[in-house]
Amino acid sequence: MAEVEETLKRIQTHKGVIGTIVVNAEGIPIRTTLDNSTTVQYAGLLHQLTMKARSTVRDLDPQNDLTFLRIRPKKHEIMVAPDKEYLLIVIQNPSE
Amino acid sequence: MEIVHVYTKKRNEFGRQCNFSDRPAELHVDILPDPSLASNFIERDPCDIPIQCTQEMSEHEVNTERFESDTRGINHVEGGWPKDVNPQEMEQTIRFRKKVEKDEHYFSTIMQLGSNMEHCIKQNNAINIYQEYFEEEEVVEESEEQPSAKTINVFRDPNEIKRTATCLSWHPDGSCKLAVAYSSLGFQNISPDMSYDSYIWDIENPNKPEMTLKPVSLLVCLEYNPKDSHILVGGSYNGQIAYWDTRKGSQPVEMSTIEHSHRDPVYKVIWLQSKTGTDTFSASTDGQVLWWDIRKMSEPTERLVLDPNKKGNLDNALGAISLEFETTMPTKFMVGTEQGLVVSCNRKAKTPAEKIVCTYSGHHGPIYALQRNPFFPKNFLTVADWTARIWSEDIKESSIMWTKYHMAYLSDGCWSPVRPSVFFTVKMDGTLDVWDFLFKQNDPTLSLKVCDEALYSLRVQDNGRFLACGSQLGTATLLEISPGLCTLQRNEKALATAMFERETKREKILEARHREMRLKERSRSEQSKDEDTKEGDGEESVEELATRTEAEFYEIVEAELKKRAKEQEKKRPVLWSGIDLEVEDPSWSGVVCQSIIELSLLSLHAISTLSSLIWYPSCRLILT
Repeated sequence: MAEVEETLKRIQTHKGVIGTIVVNAEGIPIRTTLDNSTTVQYAGLLHQLTMKARSTVRDLDPQNDLTFLRIRPKKHEIMVAPDKEYLLIVIQNPSE
Repeated sequence: MEIVHVYTKKRNEFGRQCNFSDRPAELHVDILPDPSLASNFIERDPCDIPIQCTQEMSEHEVNTERFESDTRGINHVEGGWPKDVNPQEMEQTIRFRKKVEKDEHYFSTIMQLGSNMEHCIKQNNAINIYQEYFEEEEVVEESEEQPSAKTINVFRDPNEIKRTATCLSWHPDGSCKLAVAYSSLGFQNISPDMSYDSYIWDIENPNKPEMTLKPVSLLVCLEYNPKDSHILVGGSYNGQIAYWDTRKGSQPVEMSTIEHSHRDPVYKVIWLQSKTGTDTFSASTDGQVLWWDIRKMSEPTERLVLDPNKKGNLDNALGAISLEFETTMPTKFMVGTEQGLVVSCNRKAKTPAEKIVCTYSGHHGPIYALQRNPFFPKNFLTVADWTARIWSEDIKESSIMWTKYHMAYLSDGCWSPVRPSVFFTVKMDGTLDVWDFLFKQNDPTLSLKVCDEALYSLRVQDNGRFLACGSQLGTATLLEISPGLCTLQRNEKALATAMFERETKREKILEARHREMRLKERSRSEQSKDEDTKEGDGEESVEELATRTEAEFYEIVEAELKKRAKEQEKKRPVLWSGIDLEVEDPSWSGVVCQSIIELSLLSLHAISTLSSLIWYPSCRLILT
């Protein structure tokens, strides 16, 4: 339990990370470091996108599966690590 | 009318048995075929009639009503909460969350995802994985496309007896019209039925010429006036010059008088740069270059005899085949002669002797085309015999760059008006070559077979995109070149300048070397003249040399003939002391030519061995 906390905190303290969200299979944000409305928005939209991406990958090759999803908008980078039940979303600002 | 047959039968005979009797066959009628009746009929062409025996079916289309589907998004405000949890209540949601966090599965999942995520985050922080590398170097649009040329239109000589299209001229404004001069250059090849007409074609309409020009004798060359696009001047086979105004009809407006014209066909006519825009000059193989003002065609305004001895002697004169005039240098002009010399002349010289400034030698045959590079006026291109050569004005002994000896005679060539390193040549075997010497120097960049007969003339349009070439049977073909060959490349001018300078320098060095050699030779031979014994030896060795070289000459000719026979199947370049002479099934004159070259090389070699000088690989021909 504490390790989970530690992991999440470590991720949060990395350079450039703006926020972290943990979402469950129903789209409910479990853990978040952002405000509620943003969280809900991210959770809902990214959940749908991840489902779509995963189904695309599976359609192309049924034995394949989605391991990681990276979206690079102009401002920040959104990284989504999907799992069967949960979804870990991190928003980072990749500055050099 | 009813057809009725009446017969009688007795009452007591009714109902009687029929008595049948056998009888042999009797021929009642025999109608024999009467062949005379057949003449009343004509045999009908056999025709195919298809018959099919199937079920007749019909086709019918049905279309259901379109199922309209629409894409809609759902805004997930907040949902997915299980039934018993009220999303509005903070307590309940927190309690729910805490419950989830306690889950074992959650724990392991987060650990795993977390490590994955960390890796990516660190990656992001390390380098920008999406950085655009090589952004500064703009994508060099190397046209991946192969250089190519496409035939757009073909204009054929409408007359039955085909004449050669000897000269082409583009309309100065917009280049939508092409004037083609037709003549027959073969000696005494003109039949009485041959039409004398030359035509102006509209590019869009290859079926019928737009306008006909009717000269008195066949036109050998034709030029549009760059200042006034309605005026054309033409030089004809009998030596006269005529000019036309397209507004006034097909007959020439004025012709020069026979007494004052050339005595041989006029091979080239060019318009001059003048205030009135009416000056032209013409060249012919009778050795004269005449200047004309078209308003007064009765006699030429000026005359120049191409006598290399500068005495104005017509008998000695060189026949002129091509002229060159650049509007940026109005006092200078160049003449290409039948003898293979290029004569550079100054128009403003006071005496006729000074008119001829210098000559450039190096070709073996008549110079069919002569043109300055539009970007580098100091360099000019000559097309003659089997090669095309590029010269620099300063180097008189030889050309600075040249192509290899081809299989067929080159008949015309010109620079591209948009790219300084591209030029075009046409050959007697009907091929058009496009050369880009910044890209490849040994071979043409593009070689296209335009037609089966020989090509005699070539002209590029001012935008460099289209070119027209004329063939022996009077067919003028219009070609479009791929854009890669007619757009200026980035560093092209600089590279071309560098190349020209480099080659010029090389030639200069060689020329200087030569002069040194000759000087040494002369001084040495002078020295040897003082001493008698040495003199005897000297003479002897010269005689020996002569016989030796003669013997070797014949040997070479024999060897060459044998080689020719052997090389019928294979083609191989013959390397000779560093000079690439591609002898690929040469014509007889080619063999002699090459043998002369080899003879001179030998003699030079012999001289050099006598004076024990260094033999340097790229030698120059000193044809004394």
